[in-house]
Amino acid sequence: MDFGFSEEQELLRSTARKFFEKECTSEFVRKMMATPEGTTPEFWAKLAEQGWLGLIFPEVYGGAGLGFVDLVVLMEEMGRAVMPGPYFSTVHLGGLTILEAGSDAQKKRWLPKLSAGEARVTLAWTEPNARWDAQGVTVAATEAGGGFTLSGTKLFVPDAHIADALVVVARTAAGGNPQEGVSLFLVPKTAPGLEVTLLPTMDQTRKLCEVKLGRVAVPADALLGEKGKGWQPLTRVVERATVALCAEMCGGAQRVLDMTTEYAKIRVAFGKPIGAYQGVKHKAADMLVEVENAKSITYYAAWAVDESAPEAARAASMAKAYVSDASRRVSAAGIQLHGGIGFTWEHDLHLYFKRAKGSEFTFGDATYHRERVAQLINL
Amino acid sequence: MDLTLTPEQQSFRDEVRAWLEANMPRDFAARVMASSDIPRPEAYDLLREWQKQLHRAGFIGLTWPKEYGGRGLTFVEEMILHAEMALAKAPPVLNILGVGMAGPTIIAYGTEEQKRRYPPKILSCEEIWCQGYSEPNAGSDLAALQTRAVRDGESYVINGQKVWTSLAHVADWMMLLARTDPDAPKHKGITYFLLDMHLPGVTVKPLRQITGDEEFNEVFFDNVRVHESHVLGGVNNGWAVGMTTLMYERLALGFGLQVRLRIALDGLIEMARRVEKGGARITKDPVMRQRIAQLWIDTECLKYTGARAITRLLKGEMPGPEASTGKMGWVDTHQRLQELATEIQGPYSQLMKGTQWAVEGGLWQYTFLRSRANSIEGGTTEIQKNIIGERVLGLPKG
Repeated sequence: MDFGFSEEQELLRSTARKFFEKECTSEFVRKMMATPEGTTPEFWAKLAEQGWLGLIFPEVYGGAGLGFVDLVVLMEEMGRAVMPGPYFSTVHLGGLTILEAGSDAQKKRWLPKLSAGEARVTLAWTEPNARWDAQGVTVAATEAGGGFTLSGTKLFVPDAHIADALVVVARTAAGGNPQEGVSLFLVPKTAPGLEVTLLPTMDQTRKLCEVKLGRVAVPADALLGEKGKGWQPLTRVVERATVALCAEMCGGAQRVLDMTTEYAKIRVAFGKPIGAYQGVKHKAADMLVEVENAKSITYYAAWAVDESAPEAARAASMAKAYVSDASRRVSAAGIQLHGGIGFTWEHDLHLYFKRAKGSEFTFGDATYHRERVAQLINL
Repeated sequence: MDLTLTPEQQSFRDEVRAWLEANMPRDFAARVMASSDIPRPEAYDLLREWQKQLHRAGFIGLTWPKEYGGRGLTFVEEMILHAEMALAKAPPVLNILGVGMAGPTIIAYGTEEQKRRYPPKILSCEEIWCQGYSEPNAGSDLAALQTRAVRDGESYVINGQKVWTSLAHVADWMMLLARTDPDAPKHKGITYFLLDMHLPGVTVKPLRQITGDEEFNEVFFDNVRVHESHVLGGVNNGWAVGMTTLMYERLALGFGLQVRLRIALDGLIEMARRVEKGGARITKDPVMRQRIAQLWIDTECLKYTGARAITRLLKGEMPGPEASTGKMGWVDTHQRLQELATEIQGPYSQLMKGTQWAVEGGLWQYTFLRSRANSIEGGTTEIQKNIIGERVLGLPKG
């Protein structure tokens, strides 16, 4: 038993931290927030150069073939830097769905390009009903002329406006078990009838879109995996993406704790640094407890999904439930302990606070995942 | 990162599991309590016998060196043992202060003679230990302790008083902190003694606590003569030695308690399955499902935070921030668990042992009351937060 990181993983962590401190400064993040793209070709090329876009894809598809735990280390550092741009949607959503469900030809066509930073694919899953279960999938895919026609609306789709293609989750059969009849389609962004609108979001570092599909015709080979069998691979992708998101949230929460601790050491009130007062000190200690627990349960979940352990689904839900609450509370406490300066646009705290809020409601919030845990422990 | 066990560890787990299957007192819960980990007076005899059994089977003091009665194994085996005992709902260890604190401290600081003399009898439960730290005017501010030890020839003469001393009424030995140099700064004039509780001049007066039990005590010292060979770790070095004890308490003993939360949690879920509220089972109530699931999650968090700390120890590294959060996390989770246990019972949580109407014999009421001490004993939550704030986060002292 070894519940720690390897030397290589620690090296990846320190390399990533140095890289983001230099390349993903507060100034860069704020500039990207204000642009529709949320990233620059130069920054994206640097991520590719580091090998991070293809970190988890097998070498035959142009990736580095590393494991999920390695990716979790990288996500923590990206969260620490509140990194903007389509990394999460490209690697964890689009890329891993193709890897999980795609044919060899589809993988060969897309994954090397994703790894090299030459293409981006996102996942169009959720809809205005904001459900995380199979019943939420109502976009219809009807067979027509040897292919399919897709109609309906997808919402909260990350980075669709700058993607080259979208994996669209659609229903090819209705009635009976809602999990049956869910299919995945790889749809080029340029397909006629596909309309993408960028939405104004609280967290400006993460771009979300509405995607309208107005009788979008796709050929039969746009199917990713088997017709009607898309829910299972999607579930595996989402389980991993959920844990990766937790890791990103941990990184952000740790950074908020670090900023707050440093501030409490230098900010003087009533003749003493505020960190000497127990009202502040104890709150900081509470933050540390939550950050450490959040990491522990995330690392455990990362191991469980990487190993496809029998308890993987439960572990992922435990992590998302705990980390959603913890990162919200820690980032709010960070603002509180900074006082007025923490409430300004100028200070970086709001970037972390808003990222935590967005992540809290991505892939289900704490309440949703606690109920899943309740089911999975046979309550 | 790999949470799987090696073949050797697996066979150790199987050995523990098989032994527990064959030897565990099945009626323990019914006879004593459903969920508490704190030995109750009515269970002392049973628990003494249980520890002896564990000792004969070699399942106690796993990480202690062989020459001092242990098995020389690692914390991984210790973790496996705790986890298996929790799953089997095995009774706790009576000499928990000896096994969790006195033994490791003696092994760390003792002379060869002391190391051969005390630890084996701690493990076998032949000698029970208590901890003489707190005084009426020295609790959270422990270094303010006033019990005096004055040198007289080869001995020290001890006068003063300790309080809240768990198990003192059955203990044979005490880890005693006493002031040997009243002129030195308060942390520097303290010495750690191994005190024979049967010496003339030692008086133990039980205190009744909110549970109604007499589980902790006042201990008075009236000219108690202790030979200098009973000093541990050097004269006036008691603060460092005493802090080592506390580190073991929070790490090893704390980790066992965290794993054992699972026993109480399983018990709570079993009760929730049986109890109805408003005509429906508690486990079908959406709010109660949320709260039970949260406790499950918090219990798992504690377990893995402990596992991270232990991994660092095994790699020869200093425990990181994760090690210091365990006690606080355990306290918070356990107290919420006990609160929820009363809520599940509703109005029945008012009934104590002695009526057929009491749920599960009223045992949860006892463990609920007992849990209030958790955030006070072994360092209050407020002191823990100061320690985390100052030593882990580096915040200035108040």
